Amino acid sequence: MNGVWARRLLPPLVGLLFLLGWETAVSAWDIPPFVLPPPSAVAQALWNDAPLLLQSSWITLTITVQAFLLALTSGVTLAVLFKQSRALEAALYPYAVILQVTPIVAIAPLVVIWVGYERVNLALLVLAWIVAFFPVLSNSTAGLAAVDPNLRDLFRLYGASRWQMLWRLQLPSALPYILAGAKISGGLALIGAVVAEFVAGSGTATGLAWRVIEAGNRLNMPRLFAALVLLSLLGILIFALLTWVQRLLLRRWHPGGGE
Amino acid sequence: MGDLFQLSDLSLTYPNGTRALDGVDLSVAEGEFVSLLGPSGCGKSTILRLVAGLMEPTGGGLKWLRPVARGDIGFVFQEPTLMPWARIIDNVRLPLDLAGVPKGEGNDRAADGLTHVGLGDFQKAFPAELSGGMKMRASLARALVTNPRLLLLDEPFAALDEITRLKLNDDLLSLWEAQRFTALFVTHSVFESVYLSSRIAIIGPRPGRVAAEMSVPLPFPRDLSVRTGTDYGAICREVSDRLHAAMGVVA
Repeated sequence: MNGVWARRLLPPLVGLLFLLGWETAVSAWDIPPFVLPPPSAVAQALWNDAPLLLQSSWITLTITVQAFLLALTSGVTLAVLFKQSRALEAALYPYAVILQVTPIVAIAPLVVIWVGYERVNLALLVLAWIVAFFPVLSNSTAGLAAVDPNLRDLFRLYGASRWQMLWRLQLPSALPYILAGAKISGGLALIGAVVAEFVAGSGTATGLAWRVIEAGNRLNMPRLFAALVLLSLLGILIFALLTWVQRLLLRRWHPGGGE
Repeated sequence: MGDLFQLSDLSLTYPNGTRALDGVDLSVAEGEFVSLLGPSGCGKSTILRLVAGLMEPTGGGLKWLRPVARGDIGFVFQEPTLMPWARIIDNVRLPLDLAGVPKGEGNDRAADGLTHVGLGDFQKAFPAELSGGMKMRASLARALVTNPRLLLLDEPFAALDEITRLKLNDDLLSLWEAQRFTALFVTHSVFESVYLSSRIAIIGPRPGRVAAEMSVPLPFPRDLSVRTGTDYGAICREVSDRLHAAMGVVA
């Protein structure tokens, strides 16, 4: 078996074996479904609760995507502003770090109260943005600084304006860094959205995280697992999409083609 | 032809007190091919950067005897220094883009320049897809795309293999003869400086200054026959002796 086929075939094979083993173990040892439901029950829950779960997935996905896009634009913009003004960077960067290192779970109740329970989705968006924002900011800042000094001299020699420097030199140089940051940030946006919903957890938010809590409280394990499966799928989807974009933008020129 | 620029008592001392250049005197006439020859770290690259206006001297001066505007100076770095994200044609067009030349006209001129360095078929390639020698040709085409009065070259072929280097030496000479720019070429190779230059300035070790100047009495156009001629060997020998004298070493 050659390497490519091993990489394509082995992961689904392992997954299939795992599910089979799980199904067999549950029935062989008579494990009650409120402890561990068999995969078939999870599949059934996915099918039966599809309308409810899909609606919740949509809510979580919307918040995640919005938070990610917000993190991307605000992170890159702030990094660009930092690049234009050292003073601004010196003044604000520490606070960005503070925002990053303070556990989101600790800020969440405060944000929910401030934004208001009646606008809980906005609170979730703010929280997910806080979590997703920093990798973009720090990577973009590093990327904007990683300009080939000779290229910078070349631009200076030809009298490039600040705008030309930024648009034609610094941003393209930073692109691999920005995309790497975006990849981390995409996953964090989802985590942020879920954590925020857990903390907000009043039942006003009805994303996938709430379905997990709700199903847990009711000992409806198949549905809990079904919600988890969907959360994983969302995460995989985001990661795959960002990897694809990264490859598309970098493959022709960046060593490693954006891996 | 008259002088293009004159360096008089040009000095550079870094803020930490290191003296990179100490009293460089050099005049370069229009249309000349002048090599700055010296050991590593003697400050010959610094002279180029001062002439390019990328650094300011701390003493002495640089006087232009002909007006130079943006685009009148081309610079070829030791590395090809191409933008990896841009196609070759876009890289070569960059100086024109930065000067606000319309893209259509810029493309024509860049394509023309690429043809002159033998890269006519590689306009759409990305730098990563080219060999080291081809990247250097593209870099040369970019430096010449503005029709500069002065071309500054900072050991441009030092990282290339011998065969590619000799070929590029010949190509550079034909471009110089065809386009009549003034060339200031930094190198640490005696053979390269003699083959290319109409005049050689030997730069002594740090702090750098011009230790000796000499004309190279070989006729242009030059080709392989020059390299094998007896005059070439004799001149190389003399340059080498003077270089060693400048470095304080007996030849």
